[in-house]
Amino acid sequence: MNSELAVQCRGVEKAFGNGGGKVLALRGVDLDVRYGEMTLLVGPSGCGKTTLLSVIAGLLNSTAGEVTVLGARIEQLPGRQQILFRRKNLGFVFQQYNLLPALTAAENGAVPLLAAGISRRKAIGEAKRLLSTLGMGDRVDALPKQLSGGEQQRVALTRALIHQPRLLVCDEPTAALDADTGQSVMELLAAEAVRPERAVIVVTHDNRIFGFADTMARMDDGRVISVESEPNAGSEHVFMPHHGVIQEVRV
Amino acid sequence: MNFVAWKMLTGDRAKYLGLIFTIAFCTFLLENQTSIFAGIMKRTGSQISDVTDAEIWVMDPKTEYFDQTKRLKDTDLNRVRGVEGVQWAVKLFKGNPVARTLDGKFDVSICLGLDDATLAGAPRKMILGSWERLREPDSVVIDKAGYQLLYPDQPLQLDRNLELNDHQATIVGISDASAPFASYPVMHARYSQAVNFVGRERTQLSFILVKPQAGVKALELTKRIEDTTGLRARTSEQFQWDCVVYYLKHTGIPVNFGITIAIALIVGIVVAGQTFYIFTIENLKQFGALKAIGVTNWRITRMIVLQAVIVGAMGFSIGSGLCTAFFAITLQNMATRGMVLLWQNVLGTGVAIFVVIIIASLISIRRVLVLEPAAVFRA
Repeated sequence: MNSELAVQCRGVEKAFGNGGGKVLALRGVDLDVRYGEMTLLVGPSGCGKTTLLSVIAGLLNSTAGEVTVLGARIEQLPGRQQILFRRKNLGFVFQQYNLLPALTAAENGAVPLLAAGISRRKAIGEAKRLLSTLGMGDRVDALPKQLSGGEQQRVALTRALIHQPRLLVCDEPTAALDADTGQSVMELLAAEAVRPERAVIVVTHDNRIFGFADTMARMDDGRVISVESEPNAGSEHVFMPHHGVIQEVRV
Repeated sequence: MNFVAWKMLTGDRAKYLGLIFTIAFCTFLLENQTSIFAGIMKRTGSQISDVTDAEIWVMDPKTEYFDQTKRLKDTDLNRVRGVEGVQWAVKLFKGNPVARTLDGKFDVSICLGLDDATLAGAPRKMILGSWERLREPDSVVIDKAGYQLLYPDQPLQLDRNLELNDHQATIVGISDASAPFASYPVMHARYSQAVNFVGRERTQLSFILVKPQAGVKALELTKRIEDTTGLRARTSEQFQWDCVVYYLKHTGIPVNFGITIAIALIVGIVVAGQTFYIFTIENLKQFGALKAIGVTNWRITRMIVLQAVIVGAMGFSIGSGLCTAFFAITLQNMATRGMVLLWQNVLGTGVAIFVVIIIASLISIRRVLVLEPAAVFRA
């Protein structure tokens, strides 16, 4: 396993609003994410998982602290460079897929390459190839509305991976899927996305997928309260909500 | 990404076609109304533009437009002829006798009396007969539209008799004179004949037509004539514009057309803007995803502008096509003859439509630009 850090957060804070209406979503988060690992950010709703993911992805700037992503202080990059950094180095998987409804599966998958200025023919060809790898070879010309939730998430996965990003961020990738589909999507994610040169961060509160984690960071109230490496080594995990904090029960 | 913008636009066919229809409707209305307006205004100077022999019109200093004539003295003609730079100057009479056919059909007409010797000032286009026959006694040349007004559903025929203010006249020619502002028949006769038709007054000279000598500029000569004679002298083009300006100032025509044009613009901006805005709002999540993926605001702006330009270009083309068809059809109609789609109107409408789509897209662009890409993480 590559032990180099893909993401390093130190004392990261994020506040929304001003004065009396100020809400502190992140309260001094420390987190390391390693290459070649799938890191799960887990915790109850409202604990700050998605905000932390947004800060790591450069979609939100932190209020305080340091965020180093792939060796760059992302919050210090000028606006346009931050966008170009995201385009080149990051892949995204969203809970609601966010596919463009007018584009076919292959065209949706090709969007990051098109955004990078790759020719349409080449980009779509590459997307078709990757879709085939993900078991969607016969659905490349289907529109999103013609695809099931699982198929749409595979297209989203294609879009997230097609430009070979070094960091993949996934926000609740299985939340809109049934158990079996969610399982298969996570299997694909683990098989196709996790690479020695890439880090994968998955925000979830779906305990059915906890078994895929190489590292699990638990959050509560805007803080990372525990980080566990190899949480599944030699044991089976069941997570149950209790007083708003996820507790681990070893069986 | 242009391809993505195109697919996003055409993906929602109902809105796409709705936008095109709106722009096409707006284009048609703008081009149609502005062209008809221009056509009507052009008609105010039709009889001036029909005179191609002379370049300068001399008139009473108080005359503001063609239909407002104050008689000049016969000696004024000689004074004008005496101005340096004048090659020739002839008199022109304008009166409005009532024309009555033997069937009893009648209408007020515009009767222009041409110089007896030269017949200078006659329109060049003759449909039937010849100008030379005006030298016959009691002869007139009538325009085709006027003929059809007085002799509805009857074939064009020479040597028919009619009365002009109770004076017998014979039609010796049918001309293709430009349509006048009011749809009166346009008669041409010799000066001495026209004066008789209308009825003698102390003075009859309405206008003096002047041809400058070779090498003398018309504009320069008008100043010289004004300085020398104290009369008003205008080039043909100036005099036509005088008529346009007069009607613009003293009639409700610009207001009426202005209201229609304003409605077309407002409808275009509001409907196109609203539809485009809704279209963008419905795709807001997708735009957010594109921003998160790393598509710059500038690129997204270009995508939206491209969508707007595509819709604008297609709507403009369809609207212009419809308007061209409209004028191609109405050009055959006597009442609307001479009304054409002017390139200036097409250009002006194009600019207006461009403004409409830019306003429509700006509203949408603003919404996308302020969108936080992090919003895509919210379910």
